[in-house]
Amino acid sequence: MSQALWIAKTGLEGQQNRLSVVSNNLANVNTTGYKRARAVFEDLLYQNLRQAGGQSSQETELPTGLSLGTGVRTVATQKLHTQGNLIQTNNTFDTAIQGKGFFQILKPNGDIGYTRNGEFQVNSTGQLVNSAGYRVQPDIIIPENALSITIGSDGIVSVTQPGNPAPAQVGVLQLADFVNPAGLQSIGGNLYVETGASGAPVVGSPDTNNLGSLIQGSIESSNVNVVEELVNMIETQRAYEMNSKAISTADQMLQYVNNNL
Amino acid sequence: MDRMLYVAMSGAKQNMLAQAINSNNLANISTTGFRADLAAARSMPLYGGSGFPTRVYSMTENPGIDFKQGAMSTTGRDMDIAVAGKGFITVQAPDGSEAYTRAGDLTADNAGVLQTGAGYMVLGEGGPITIPEAAKVDIGKDGTISITQVGDGGGGSTVIDRLKLVNPDIKDLKRNENGLFVLKNGENAEADDDVSVVSGTIETSNVNAASALVNMIELARQFEMQIKMLKTAEENNAQAVQMLKIG
Repeated sequence: MSQALWIAKTGLEGQQNRLSVVSNNLANVNTTGYKRARAVFEDLLYQNLRQAGGQSSQETELPTGLSLGTGVRTVATQKLHTQGNLIQTNNTFDTAIQGKGFFQILKPNGDIGYTRNGEFQVNSTGQLVNSAGYRVQPDIIIPENALSITIGSDGIVSVTQPGNPAPAQVGVLQLADFVNPAGLQSIGGNLYVETGASGAPVVGSPDTNNLGSLIQGSIESSNVNVVEELVNMIETQRAYEMNSKAISTADQMLQYVNNNL
Repeated sequence: MDRMLYVAMSGAKQNMLAQAINSNNLANISTTGFRADLAAARSMPLYGGSGFPTRVYSMTENPGIDFKQGAMSTTGRDMDIAVAGKGFITVQAPDGSEAYTRAGDLTADNAGVLQTGAGYMVLGEGGPITIPEAAKVDIGKDGTISITQVGDGGGGSTVIDRLKLVNPDIKDLKRNENGLFVLKNGENAEADDDVSVVSGTIETSNVNAASALVNMIELARQFEMQIKMLKTAEENNAQAVQMLKIG
C-alpha cells in the first residue's frame, strides 16, 4: 500500500505527543518549581531505493539516487531546567533555590526524591516536610517554642528561643545536583528521581560547589512561558492537520484507483 | 497488451514515491534542524531499436536536499544552539564516523558527554566533548564552550573545547540512513572559522508547509491522471474488442 499513509501516520503520532507535552506545560503554569518540557523529534531511518553513485552502465553512474525517509519519532521529552521567577511570599518556610540544585525529599519508600519546590511546612513533630508531608533531608527539627526561624542563603537553619538572645542552629539544608538534570525522571508530586542518564547526585551545602543559594520567604514559579506554549500549540495543531491531510490525500489516491479500474 | 498501460502504471507508481518523500517532509515539520528532501521526476526514454524512443517512462528521484535556513526559535536554554547562515555541527554517527547536522538541541549525558537531542555525540576540535560539573555553560559565537564555576568569584570562565563547525559545499553532501549529512566521498570536512552559532536558540525544520501541501495536491492530481490513462487504455481495448466482434 501507499508509503505516504504510514509516513503521515508517524507525523500524526509525533504531533499528538507534542500536544500532550504542551498541554502538560500549560496545566502546570502555576506549579511551584515546575520545569517545562519539550518534545524532541528525530527523522526515522531512510530507505535507499536507488543508491546515488551506483553504476548505471559500464562507464556511467547515477548522479542522484532515491532515498525515502520513513517519518518522524519522538525521541525524548526533555525538561528545560532554566530558572523560574522568584515570587516573594514572606512565608517563613518557603524557600527558593537561586541557581542549580534540588532539595532532597525522603519518599515513603525510603528513596530520595529531588525537587525545586520549596514550599515547606512543619509536621506535628516539628519536622520540616514538603506539601505532601514527606521529610526534607537531612532531617531538620524545629523546636516547639521557636520564636523566629531563619534559613540562610547557605542553608543554615537557625531559630531563636525565648530567654535566649543568640540564635541556635538546628540543621543545615543541603542541595543535590546532577551532571545531567534533564536525565532525571519526573514522578509527579513535583519530584524527580535519579536515573542512569542523570548521573549520581552530588550533595553539598548551598552556595558552594556550583550549587545555588537559598532565598527564604520566596518560591520559584514554574518556568513555563505561556505565550511560547500557545504558539507551540498552534504550530502543533496546524502540523497535525497537514499530516492528516496527507493521509486523506493518500487515501483518495487509492480510492481513485479502486473506483476507476 | 497495450504499452500505454505500462507507461501510465509506472507513472502512477513513481508519483506514489514522490508522495512518500513529500509526506516525510510534512511528518518532520517539527523536527529540529530538519532539511526538506526535494523530489523530481526524470524522463527515461526507451529506445525500441529503430532509433527513436517509442515511449518515455518517468523515474522519481531525490536529486538533493533543500538547505534553506529554517526559522529561529528562541528557547533561552544555554545549551541550545543554532547555526547562523551556512554551516553544520559535527557529530559522531553510530558507526563512529563523522557526520553533520543542523540540530543544535544539545544536552550532556550522565558522564557529561555533550550530545544532540537525538543522542549523537557532538565532536569538538579534540573529539567528544565532556562538560564538567559547572554552574553555567556558555557556547560562544565561534563554538567555543566555556564554563563558569561558582567559586571563581564570578569573573573567571574556563574554555574547555570548541565545537567543530564545518561548512562543506552542499553539493558534496548527502543524507545517510540516520538522517545525518555526510560527505559523498566519505571523507571528513575541514573545520571552518567563518561558521557562527547563536546560543539560546534552535533552528526549526525548513519544510515549507504551504508548498508541501500544494505539492501534495499536485502529486495526487497527477496520480489521478495516470489512473485515467489506465482507464482509457482499458476502454480502448474494450472498444477494439467490440468492433472486431463478428456478427
